Amino acid sequence: MPEFREALRLAIAEEMQHDERVILIGEDVAAAGGVFKVTEGLHERFGSARVIDTPISELALSSAAFGAAVAGCKPIVEIMFGDFMALPMDALVNQAAKYWYLSVGRNSVPLVVRTAAGAGGRFGAIHSQSPGTWLHGVPGLKVVCPSCVADARALLKAAIRDPNPVVFIEHKRLYAAKGELGEELEPLGKAQVVRVAGEGGGGAGVGGGAGKGGAGRGGDVTIATVMKGVPDALAAAEQLAKDGIEVEVIDLRSLRPLDVETVAESVARTHRLLAVEEGPRTGGWAAGLIGAVASEALGEVDDLWTLCTPDTPIPFSPTLEDAFLPGADAIAQAIRMRFGLESKTRMSEVEA
Amino acid sequence: MGTQPATSAVPLQTGVPGRLELLQAYAQMLLIRRFEEEVQRRFLKGEVHGTTHLCNGQEAIAVGVAAGMKDRDLLAATYRGHGHALARGLDPGGLATELMGRVGGTCAGRAGSMNVLAPEQGLIGCFGIVGGSIGAATGAALALRGSGRIAVACFGEGATNQAYFAECLNFAKVLSLPLLLVCENNGYGEFTAWEAVTAGADIQARVQALAVPAQRIDGNDVLAVHDATQRAATVVRGGGGPAFLEMLTYRQVGHSRSDPGNYRPSGELEQWLLRDPLRFARSAIEQQGLADARALARLQDSVEQDVRAAFERAAASPFPDPAELAAASEYCDA
Repeated sequence: MPEFREALRLAIAEEMQHDERVILIGEDVAAAGGVFKVTEGLHERFGSARVIDTPISELALSSAAFGAAVAGCKPIVEIMFGDFMALPMDALVNQAAKYWYLSVGRNSVPLVVRTAAGAGGRFGAIHSQSPGTWLHGVPGLKVVCPSCVADARALLKAAIRDPNPVVFIEHKRLYAAKGELGEELEPLGKAQVVRVAGEGGGGAGVGGGAGKGGAGRGGDVTIATVMKGVPDALAAAEQLAKDGIEVEVIDLRSLRPLDVETVAESVARTHRLLAVEEGPRTGGWAAGLIGAVASEALGEVDDLWTLCTPDTPIPFSPTLEDAFLPGADAIAQAIRMRFGLESKTRMSEVEA
Repeated sequence: MGTQPATSAVPLQTGVPGRLELLQAYAQMLLIRRFEEEVQRRFLKGEVHGTTHLCNGQEAIAVGVAAGMKDRDLLAATYRGHGHALARGLDPGGLATELMGRVGGTCAGRAGSMNVLAPEQGLIGCFGIVGGSIGAATGAALALRGSGRIAVACFGEGATNQAYFAECLNFAKVLSLPLLLVCENNGYGEFTAWEAVTAGADIQARVQALAVPAQRIDGNDVLAVHDATQRAATVVRGGGGPAFLEMLTYRQVGHSRSDPGNYRPSGELEQWLLRDPLRFARSAIEQQGLADARALARLQDSVEQDVRAAFERAAASPFPDPAELAAASEYCDA
């Protein structure tokens, strides 16, 4: 089975083969094959005119992508770490994202910015962030966040073919994950239910019975998340199933557009929603999702809340970083607590 | 402070673009000047909205650069971009209508003065962030490698203190991109004299340190601008990598509509008005006998009519219907 990084490489190679307008630019993407080895071999295969090593100039990179896209190329840019996305922001946010609208539909901006995000690797406060928080509020941008090998290929191919500027966020802890390839292309902006709760029996667990759904409900709680949050949520769901709590897991796959509809449909079955974000709640997409579901489907909702990171920078030391992140255990704990199965005292003991 | 008039102006005869071209260039500059004056007048009447950044005094650069480019070359300009847009051939009526926020504008009233873009005229856009035009043109140049076309970035001297300038100049040089950089040094970044905030006060030296060919010319002499642009464009087009032109000029008006320019030392404006680009071109036309006073008066009338017609068309265009907000998409769905 291919690794996540190999699926990304396959997607880029297939699209470069498919469309000669596709070029790849970034720091160390060509000769070195990328610091996370995503682009290995592409320089040899497609040549120096299409796979280009650049200076460490993130603003020039995003500018180059914007201008090249407007002038007929389909650039893929690699921004080495998601934290570095603070640097190329102007060309992305103030130029690329607005161009289609301002041009009244005359000129699209087909570019992809790939960036490695996420904590857990002891990279510290400024090499561990997920820039989705910064970008999900920018009209005109798409923000795509794959969680598995199949989506790494299918969503990246879709992003490269998309006529809009797309920021494609790759979680560093997923690069070595293995899995099967799936469909060649998956649509951007469509969430996927990756675990259906209560299949064959409905949510007979602790949360069942008294909620707005009444009899026949399909589970006790929906978890919506992206990237590494998805395997973490699936692992938490396994734990919770032993406690009799049936969990539905939704991989949002995209932060903008955000597929509120699929989440609301799930919540209509489970009546509870937990949004898990590897990032601070303030200004984050999880809080936005909770708000959108409350706004559009409050009648279906018994409970909704978020599990995010503290509002501090990401710590370096392993004990601190592990406790900081909303991993599988933290997700399971959060749901048990919400269901009254876990006291706060015990929760803090677990964290300690 | 402020930029001193160039002492070694390239003589008007350089390049010998021919009689028709000088007259045409003058007509275009006159159109831009009158257009800007009408923008200001309409602004004061409340018909042009938001803010405006007029290019009075810098018309020779807009016209000379456009004339030195080929039709399929691409230009990125700044929020002080009305002149560049008109010089690239944008219909004055469409531009006037845009500035008045009407549905018939170049960007249907979505863009306004600072953000006009016109792909049909090879105008990538006018960029409201200082230095943004450098980035946009650098990217366009990346796409144009090997095509025989070039991208041109126009920007003020203030942009040379932005990351855009340092990063993109280096980027374009190491990748040998077909990029022509045109720095319009009008003496002031917003309200501040450029030397006060520019270490070394020598932009050419910065450029030359990166082994990019650089030249300083009189930006108020349309023939010099045209000639230098053509020569530099030829080098760039030939695969020589980026080239840089610093054009010395003067912003005869404030930074934006609310700026009376009180920070200028007394006499400076008057000194520069003596070197007004239109006055310069007109006296060359008269000296060379390219047109007599009657012909110039007819030209003036014709430009007046064009500007009047442009703004009358603008005023007759309706405002966009707010209902369009619901129909507009943030994305291209193609």
